[in-house]
Amino acid sequence: MKTIEARGMHYRELNNLIRKYYQNGIKKFLLKGVNGQRYIGSGIKGSPHLTIEGTPGNDLAAFSSGISIAIKGNAQDAVGNTMNDGKIVIHGHAGDAVGHSMRGGRIYIKSYAGYRVGIHMKEYQDQIPVIIIGGKAGDFLGEYMAGGVIILLGLDVEKDEELLGSYCGTGMHGGVMYIRGNIPSYKLAKEVKTASTTEEDLDFLKDCLSDYCSIMNLDLNKVMAKPFTKLYPYNKRPYGKLYAY
Amino acid sequence: MNLNYTTPEFIILRDLQKCNNCGLCVKNCSFEAHYYSKHQRVESNSAKCVNCHYCVATCPKKALAIKKHPLEFRHNSYWTESAIKDIYKQASTGGILLTGMGTDREYPIYWDKILLNASQVTNPSIDPLREPMELRTFLGTKPGKLELDKTNNLSELMPPQLELQIPVVFAGMSFGSISYNAFKALAIAAHKAGIYFNTGEGGLHKDFYEFASHAIVQVASGRFGVNQEYLENSAAVEIKIGQGAKPGIGGHLPGKKVGEEVSKTRMIPLGSDAISPAPHHDIYSIEDLRQLIFAIKEATEYKKPVLVKIAAVHNVAAIASGIVRAGADIIVIDGFRAGTGAAPTRIRDNVGIPIELAIASVDERLKEEGIRKHVSIIASGGIRNSSDVVKAIALGADAVAIATAALIAMGCHMCQKCYTGKCNWGITTQDPELTKRLDPDKASQRLLNLLRAWSLEIKEMLGGMGINAIESLKGNRLMLRGVGLNETELKILGISHAGQ
Repeated sequence: MKTIEARGMHYRELNNLIRKYYQNGIKKFLLKGVNGQRYIGSGIKGSPHLTIEGTPGNDLAAFSSGISIAIKGNAQDAVGNTMNDGKIVIHGHAGDAVGHSMRGGRIYIKSYAGYRVGIHMKEYQDQIPVIIIGGKAGDFLGEYMAGGVIILLGLDVEKDEELLGSYCGTGMHGGVMYIRGNIPSYKLAKEVKTASTTEEDLDFLKDCLSDYCSIMNLDLNKVMAKPFTKLYPYNKRPYGKLYAY
Repeated sequence: MNLNYTTPEFIILRDLQKCNNCGLCVKNCSFEAHYYSKHQRVESNSAKCVNCHYCVATCPKKALAIKKHPLEFRHNSYWTESAIKDIYKQASTGGILLTGMGTDREYPIYWDKILLNASQVTNPSIDPLREPMELRTFLGTKPGKLELDKTNNLSELMPPQLELQIPVVFAGMSFGSISYNAFKALAIAAHKAGIYFNTGEGGLHKDFYEFASHAIVQVASGRFGVNQEYLENSAAVEIKIGQGAKPGIGGHLPGKKVGEEVSKTRMIPLGSDAISPAPHHDIYSIEDLRQLIFAIKEATEYKKPVLVKIAAVHNVAAIASGIVRAGADIIVIDGFRAGTGAAPTRIRDNVGIPIELAIASVDERLKEEGIRKHVSIIASGGIRNSSDVVKAIALGADAVAIATAALIAMGCHMCQKCYTGKCNWGITTQDPELTKRLDPDKASQRLLNLLRAWSLEIKEMLGGMGINAIESLKGNRLMLRGVGLNETELKILGISHAGQ
């Protein structure tokens, strides 16, 4: 474990240090005093493990492929932007556009997340990205979603708070969302339909959530006790009939 | 009888004395304009003809010709034939009209209203046959000044540059919009000519990693095929904000074009639609653009220049200024005549501005602001020949990008039906039967021939002006004069009228 005191350090220097130590064989890092540095973990080939104390800046692990990050704090916007593989655990809340265009890997958020989470997520062959949000999520959850899985738990949502923003699944044409609880239909975009979960869905959820719950110190049975609503697109080609051929 | 009001655009003329009924045209036409009659006689259905010339070129007996259909609408300067036919089509389908390639409307062509200078008496011209002429061009941010350390070495490293042997690159064309063989031909030609090809937003097939040192890889709003490996297998990375043929809108590659190889390259499931949203979801401002530029620089360890491609639109000069300040190394400006595999006709024909005016105004603005040296400019969108290249550079570009001209070199006949995926010439199709009609080695040789011919011509024009390096032509508007242009046009172009 290599400890790096990141306070006041430019992101370029910070990433260079991680890269240099990683090439010298160090696999685990503790970054202390992180305060808004962008792109942490971007462009690092291989699969280092970073523990971040503080608040990492935008585009955390953008374009990354196999990195593992645990954040003891909150994260800002576009966590895991165009991420290919890896695992990001946020022991707090996250900003907007988490997992933008991600194609693989996992992002776990303990508390709430901002707008447009999982926008244009994709999947390809055995790469199926998963985002799990413990709290609530803002508007446009799963917008333009083309693949992958989003699970919204709403665990710390107060009675007078809403679990989900509006326009959920706008332009969705692939993948699936599982929302713990019921969703008023006005929150949903015209491209998505709802269903109750099947046995298969529940097995899959249990599988995803057991890892999440053990990391977040939650009781899996309690989390699974409340029914989930499944959201999926009506059509894999929502824009297929726009044109005059 | 199903009457849909449409009438044929073209008429196929078959010389029955020459035609030996061999049926090659029936076999070859992907649009099914030729067929066997009940009596096993080869006949043609003109209504299906798109005038791509493939049957004419391949007919062993030279028995075929295609003409504009003689059927005329009653003359009307306002309700023209195309205006009427478009309404018929939309009334029968209810859909957005689609088209391919660049706009075919009669907008002013400023290239053709600009004339080049040549030396006479006072400043001798240079003979490129005898004397060295430098066309080599470096694209990328240039340092503001040179600083030497105590040992007289450069104290600051040169930012990464793209080295071009001729100031021309191939513009972005994705594998998906064009065929595997067409893509390969561009890659081979770029590699051999010492220039660059551009992946468009379709990813880079692993087969083409051997050409990575000549690849500009694109990061567009769909992020198809974008990962660490893709960013690394490149000479430079281009953020595509917009394109001249369809500024402001996204694109949809229909699932039927996503076959096995396209699926692998874009990293999306077989047969699924590839939807490129209109904006990047993480770019809503110049500051956001800066964030993505530096995300890419960070991911590629500052070893590669980052290009930002925009369509030429009304406020292009101010936007370009923002892009420079966002940290781009190269700006690509794509004029409204730019081609595309598929665009809504109304967008293609009505949105954007001419590249000539855009280049002049961007160059002028960046110079005024003292930031021109921070960036290189690539002009694209309808560059037809070497004199367009010379004029673009004299107006302020560092280099140009060509796509339509490259496709024509490979055999495109400009039928504008790329969006159908049925290209008989094997260029804009994924149909294996059609794709194999294009031999990538022969096609790349034709591209190399075109580049060689243009470079010879550029040298002739430069020599005539008394210039022996392309660098001395850049932004050298004294070498240009306008003909038949009004005061405003001359002012924007920053040139005098002929005779002045």
